[in-house]
Amino acid sequence: MRDTATVEPMLDIRNITLRFGGVVAIRDISFDIRQGEIRAIIGPNGAGKSSMLNVINGFYHPQEGEIWFRGKRRGPMRPHEIARQGLARTFQNIALFKGMTTLDNIMTGRMTRMRSSMLEQALWWGRAEREENAHREKVERIIDFLEIQSIRKTPVGRLPYGLQKRVELGRALAAEPELLLLDEPMAGMNVEEKEDMSRFILDVNDEFGTTIALIEHDMGVVMDISDRVVVLDYGRKIGDGTPDEVRNNPDVIDAYLGVSHD
Amino acid sequence: MFYREAGDFKTSYSDDGQTFPIAFDRWRYYAVMAVAFLVIPFLINDYWEKSILMPFLVWSTVAIGLNILTGYCGQLSLGTGGFMAVGAYASYKLMTAFPELNIFFVVLLSGGITALVGVLFGLPSMRIKGFYLAVATLAAQFFLVWLFNKVPWFYNYSASGQITAPERSVFGILVTGPNAAPWATYLFALVILTGLAWVARNLTRGRVGRSWMAIRDMDIAAEIIGVNPLATKLSAFAVSSFYIGVGGALFFSVYLGAAEVGEAFGIDKSFLVLFMIIIGGLGSIFGSFAGAAFMVLLPVLLKNVLVGGLGWPTDLAAHLQMLIVGGLIVLFLILEPHGLAQLWRIAKEKLRLWPFPH
Ligand SMILES: Nc1ncnc2c1ncn2[C@@H]1O[C@H](COP(=O)(O)OP(=O)(O)OP(=O)(O)O)[C@@H](O)[C@H]1O
Ligand SMILES: [Mg+2]
Repeated sequence: MRDTATVEPMLDIRNITLRFGGVVAIRDISFDIRQGEIRAIIGPNGAGKSSMLNVINGFYHPQEGEIWFRGKRRGPMRPHEIARQGLARTFQNIALFKGMTTLDNIMTGRMTRMRSSMLEQALWWGRAEREENAHREKVERIIDFLEIQSIRKTPVGRLPYGLQKRVELGRALAAEPELLLLDEPMAGMNVEEKEDMSRFILDVNDEFGTTIALIEHDMGVVMDISDRVVVLDYGRKIGDGTPDEVRNNPDVIDAYLGVSHD
Repeated sequence: MFYREAGDFKTSYSDDGQTFPIAFDRWRYYAVMAVAFLVIPFLINDYWEKSILMPFLVWSTVAIGLNILTGYCGQLSLGTGGFMAVGAYASYKLMTAFPELNIFFVVLLSGGITALVGVLFGLPSMRIKGFYLAVATLAAQFFLVWLFNKVPWFYNYSASGQITAPERSVFGILVTGPNAAPWATYLFALVILTGLAWVARNLTRGRVGRSWMAIRDMDIAAEIIGVNPLATKLSAFAVSSFYIGVGGALFFSVYLGAAEVGEAFGIDKSFLVLFMIIIGGLGSIFGSFAGAAFMVLLPVLLKNVLVGGLGWPTDLAAHLQMLIVGGLIVLFLILEPHGLAQLWRIAKEKLRLWPFPH
């Protein structure tokens, strides 16, 4: 276990409340994500985990609360602007570009880092070609890292589920994010695929120093790879701490066993 | 003939990204270009120019334009005829207002003006998609045709309401007006189309094309990885309308010579181009050419074989043509959304592996 307690939070979520009409998806939740850690978000179905990620990357706008990123309060921003601040994510239901190849999907992940103008692109002149090749080199490294060389030119719509998840991780990594949000990266995978994915996540965190927040239902995996865990239930936060602390928290145990305190 | 990529190793990412990665394809491309530029101009006659080659060049230009918007960026448009009219009327106004301006620049400027109009009509795409956007572009189609009909300034107050292209030349050779030689109009349109097809290929292979396709395939994910949806859609509307405007300008000034807006640029043209890219292949530059060729050649073929050869009445042949096109559209939409271009790719794939399928 690393000691990240002294480091200032990279992302500080303060008193967020998110409502959809009468449904309160998130109720006054605060927690932080520290530089360099793997932070897990767990909780039963419908707890508000995905909604939380959607708030973080600007897809949902909470009615109350503040988000502080790198010591600054974040104003209202569109998701594509937030992406440029160094946030990337994957989705619970894979959201790849189905008609594009693996290579193009991952290249698209580098969108925020491309600078050539429309005119340069049109004439394939100046920066356009140089930039394309430079980014291609970075993308090839990600392809090697994720061991997906053989499906480079395959349209992703034709790939099996497990590989699609991997390509989606590749697309997020291509942005070289500071904070990577993963929504159930191992859902629907077999044990072997889960092991691979866990290894990739740990390697990303280790080698690139990427801060990671992930949602996952598999407790074994969560306890293994995360530094700290936040537990949600019915839109509330019911636990927050190291895997050991969370494991022994009575509220968390109840939420998972479905018992209620009276 | 060996159609192989074996021994054709790519040693750089530039090589891997080129338009025709297989040497044989590259040579075929050079051969086609050589025939188009060096052989056809000497053989062309009035019939070939008017019924086949000029329509093919014009419709290819327009089809690439619509394919960028609909095939690459996923924004369905039924306003193609209206945007062609913008290009045509822009070229007419430019030619009559600035007689000194070279026709080459007239055509490109007409594209530029159409691009601006396209962006304007693309603004609703910020809020609406799919069917509703298609209806909005349909409204644009009717509005534009109505506008060019209603406001006499656009047709310089001519009594007939028609616009007629004055004679203009490039390097002293006439390319518009009734006295232009077939080879001259053909080469003029060919040069423009070749340049624009090359630009379209460049745009679709890099950052811009990927952002269009990302919006098409999954707009939410695109936005979350940093694609600005509005800017991206508007850029597709702009580029697409530029091509359609250039096509419209060529159609009127170089091909037709005179035009009446409702007849030349009606809703039937919007559908014609849509059919071209569906049959040719959505999201493919080559498919735009294939679709244009198909839709230009089919009526000519039917007319020659059925009417000329078998003595069928003309209207029967025309009905059969509609049946064939309709059937093909349904077939392609259901079975092969990537059209002729994909069939061609599959055929090449088979050939590449032949005779060992594994
Ligand atoms: N766009 C939306 N509109 C209306 N209600 C929503 C929306 N998104 C989420 N909700 C509601 O918010 C609550 C939390 O949903 P959320 O998807 O965040 O749960 P989750 O913890 O990710 O669950 P799961 O483990 O099933 O993925 C649910 O009651 C859900 O119905
Ligand atoms: Mg969820």
